[in-house]
Amino acid sequence: MIDMSNPIGSTPLDRPGGLLGQALDRIDGPLKVTGRATYAYEYRGEGEVGAPPAYGFVVVASIGKGRIIAIDSAAAEKSPGVLLVMTHANASKQGDRSSGAVPQLADDRVLFHGQPVALVVAESFEEARAAAYLVKPSYAPEPGAHDLAAAQEKASVPASRGGNAPDSSKGDIDGAIAAAPIKIDVTYTTPPQSHAMMEPHATIARWDGDHLTLYTANQMLPRGIEAVAGTLRMPKDRIRLVSRYIGGGFGAKLQVQADAILAAMAARMLNRPVKLALTRQQVFAVTTHRSDTIQRLRLAAERDGTLQAVAHESWSDNAPGQTGFEGAAMATRNIYATPALLTAHRLATLDLPVSAAMRAPGEAVGLLALECAMDELAALLGMDPIALRVKNEPTTDPQNGKPFATRALVPCMQKGAELFGWNKRNPRPASVRDGEWLVGIGMSAAIRGNPMLAAKASASLGHDGVLTVRTSMTDIGTGSYTILGQIAADLLGLPIDRVRVELGDTSFPAAPGSGGSFGANSAGSAVYDACMNLREALLRKAGLQADGAVFADGAALVGNQRVPLDSLAGDGVSADGAATPGDSRQAFVQQSYGAHFAEVGVNSVTGEIRLRRMLGVFAVGRVLNAKTARSQAIGGMTFGVGAALMEAIAVDKRDGWFVNNNLAEYHVAANADIPEMNAVFIPETDDRSSAMKSKGIGELGTCGAGAALANAVFNATGIRIRDYPLTLDKVLKAWEQTDAGQRTSLSPGRLPG
Amino acid sequence: MRAFTYERADSVAAATRAIAETPGAKFIAGGTNLLDLMKLDVETPTHLVDVNRLPLAAIEETTEGGLKIGALVRNSDLAADPGVRKNYPVLSRALLSGASGQLRNKATTAGNLLQRTRCYYFYDTGKPCNKREPGSGCSAIGGFNRIHAVVGASDDCIATHPSDMAVAMQALDAKVETAMPDGSLRTIALSDFYRLPGKTPDIETVLKPGQIITAVTLPPPPAGVQIYRKVRDRASFAFALVSVAAIVETTGGKIRSARLAFGGIAPKPWRPVDAERALAGNAPSDAAFARAGEAVIAGGRGHGHNDFKLPLVKRTLTAALAAATRSA
Repeated sequence: MIDMSNPIGSTPLDRPGGLLGQALDRIDGPLKVTGRATYAYEYRGEGEVGAPPAYGFVVVASIGKGRIIAIDSAAAEKSPGVLLVMTHANASKQGDRSSGAVPQLADDRVLFHGQPVALVVAESFEEARAAAYLVKPSYAPEPGAHDLAAAQEKASVPASRGGNAPDSSKGDIDGAIAAAPIKIDVTYTTPPQSHAMMEPHATIARWDGDHLTLYTANQMLPRGIEAVAGTLRMPKDRIRLVSRYIGGGFGAKLQVQADAILAAMAARMLNRPVKLALTRQQVFAVTTHRSDTIQRLRLAAERDGTLQAVAHESWSDNAPGQTGFEGAAMATRNIYATPALLTAHRLATLDLPVSAAMRAPGEAVGLLALECAMDELAALLGMDPIALRVKNEPTTDPQNGKPFATRALVPCMQKGAELFGWNKRNPRPASVRDGEWLVGIGMSAAIRGNPMLAAKASASLGHDGVLTVRTSMTDIGTGSYTILGQIAADLLGLPIDRVRVELGDTSFPAAPGSGGSFGANSAGSAVYDACMNLREALLRKAGLQADGAVFADGAALVGNQRVPLDSLAGDGVSADGAATPGDSRQAFVQQSYGAHFAEVGVNSVTGEIRLRRMLGVFAVGRVLNAKTARSQAIGGMTFGVGAALMEAIAVDKRDGWFVNNNLAEYHVAANADIPEMNAVFIPETDDRSSAMKSKGIGELGTCGAGAALANAVFNATGIRIRDYPLTLDKVLKAWEQTDAGQRTSLSPGRLPG
Repeated sequence: MRAFTYERADSVAAATRAIAETPGAKFIAGGTNLLDLMKLDVETPTHLVDVNRLPLAAIEETTEGGLKIGALVRNSDLAADPGVRKNYPVLSRALLSGASGQLRNKATTAGNLLQRTRCYYFYDTGKPCNKREPGSGCSAIGGFNRIHAVVGASDDCIATHPSDMAVAMQALDAKVETAMPDGSLRTIALSDFYRLPGKTPDIETVLKPGQIITAVTLPPPPAGVQIYRKVRDRASFAFALVSVAAIVETTGGKIRSARLAFGGIAPKPWRPVDAERALAGNAPSDAAFARAGEAVIAGGRGHGHNDFKLPLVKRTLTAALAAATRSA
């Protein structure tokens, strides 16, 4: 058992020349590009699915709040191929939502627009879909609340989540602000966002007697079992979840969703496997999204930039009965030194789909506000934005005074400044142009929590000399397969093609899964432990001492003895492994850090904002795979570009409908939006973070990324837009308001000064 | 998607006859829009007549020196045609600014003209929409209408036509060649092809049941500078918020003629004849451009989220005209 309460110390992974850290291609890559990797909807055949499955199609509510009066399913039931129309009238009784269950079709209440109200199951997908359009619910609509700004006054203090209280306070905020010579009081807003991962939520449900197997798209399988067990009111040990490959998650697949529960219930009623995928439109509302936020920032400083007060208050919303809030001000507790520090979170109940975690919940939108407010303060001080941040670099955690395990925020900013050419930035806004384009440069700090959770894994060396690693950890496209393979290969001294990694199945030892940037720390440490135990077992079997043994080139080297692993494996040797964070996260502050630099162009005619180039510099402990780490980082940065410039769920405030519920109208950054982007990692090891001395990397890339663009827009134009995303209409509005006479008539070559 | 029957037509006559004889029948070519709408239950044809094998995929010069573009010419092929690139660059650029490579490979010339609006409310059968279900109401008015029309709309519908290609064709004075089920041929000026919504937004063109588009013809290459400028929320794969096709001829320091068409602002490719008149005979100047811009949006109005389009039209037009007349 690895217990990270104490530093891991020297390990075999420190030995130079290993696979760990190398830019290894994904070991699952060939399977994916040749279509052989099975995603949830793609399992087929006797062995996995059993009998040929029936197909489900969900019918969703078209009102924002109210009651179902009746559901006319007569036409649908008579439609060709239809096997079942399930509604609240015939759905089985399920667990209560308050117990963590996710009941579907539970009663006649409509809580939000897009809530499932019926399921049609038929012999084919096409028949199910055609029949679904024949299901005619009638509703008694009720007026609902669908607007955060309108509900802000009624927002209340939410319950703590994950050990984090919604409020924190240190020092005399009001006094410090009153006394400080330089201060700002600004409000930023961020819109609701959708994860927009490629693979929609999908499940194939199969019953074998009273045992349920769900092939599903889920990031956290052990937690998924709990939710399924609670919902279907059955023992956990009769449930198996399989998610071998997942087409993106970004948090959308942290929870068990309607597809899994409806498929399971229908399969039981029909005594036949049922497969069910949500449509792209349904994904937006049936599953979860990131709440919009309203964030008030008050910063106060001395004239030399020394912060005297930081107050960050955030409002978000969630559906009735949901207690989760967007922790937008959480990172503000950890980032800058200040004698007075206040954070507060308020939650409004709205009649909208469920809000939940989306990549870097909290930081992603919190830093969009905080890091722009810091830029505003720097401008007011006439101070370089990096210098302001360096000036307020803390020596211990600003909120709780605990020591940092490792903290390389300042080196990240300095390295980035050097690589990006920060010294070429003209601090005077609206002073650089390139033809029609106003050009600006901006930066932002990045910070993200670096958690670890308890995890288990197994490792076994087969008679064929192949090392098999198993854990219920998932790979949502991040590279889990590959990094776990690299860890195992190095520890046993095998090439990567002699290692088989098997993930995403709850019949394997339990790992929490992919989420919160804890995946690699947790599952990686468990795999490390399993492989170390396997080394010991192999040596013990050969009667050799483990001390000082080196595993390399397919052999164990003990003293001057070289024992090939093949000869040690025999019929196969297995070992289990486990890892726990212990009190590592209580004794030390665990965060990963970075800095973003962005250059944007703002079209002086149209107000269009386009990224020109971007750099992220990150300190994430040991980099486990240079290629997948870079992909994670630039993927996160791309996420941030989307958040800054285009991503927003449009809500029809009349009924809470998510209007742009498709990828043509919900814009994420396209290739053409990302012209030049790079990510660089600062050498670092953190022996209190994980057995590999690595930190989580899945979310850091997006933290602060969008703020760097917004700050670049200010540098380009002198306009500060505090309402994300920064779309051209907001730029035009600002221009029309500030200097209408000067800018309404623009022709290329005669641009305003 | 409801169950439907399908046939493949081997002649124009057979195709038009099949449509005329089968209630609820529709042509299908690239299917890039129709299939999406069928999956969403917005379009519910009972019968599809596949026209992909009709001999309508050629690009030929006309005897007048213009261009005849077959109805089935794919958007990618049209954009890449050397004659189009050389003589009608506004069309090539408009095509390439639309959709994605994959969609352009599939989408046809006639299908592009006949694509439906991207109005959110049109795409969801749970929402009232006069275009989809006459008499049910317009949800976009009073709803979320960022992408909607500021000119040419009515109290019953504020949807826009989403095509880029058609905007360039409008500026080029294109004509639509059609065949009727009785075999007769009719040529329709593109400016007469689309109907404004008025009280019947469900009727979008002047085409009669069974009438099939066989080609689009362009007059001989126009004199002057051709420009297509598209303003959008991301750098690719986004519909125009405002787009402008401008063909401007200058001589002796004056604008001899300006042909303008706009996308993203109206229920059809928008040809502002008053603005064109306001420019003709005048020296290029910010003032002249501004007057033209005012003429484009005269009588127009925003519906809240799309108010920005009114100033954006003027700014975009001004920049396009300045670029087109820079050498004057």
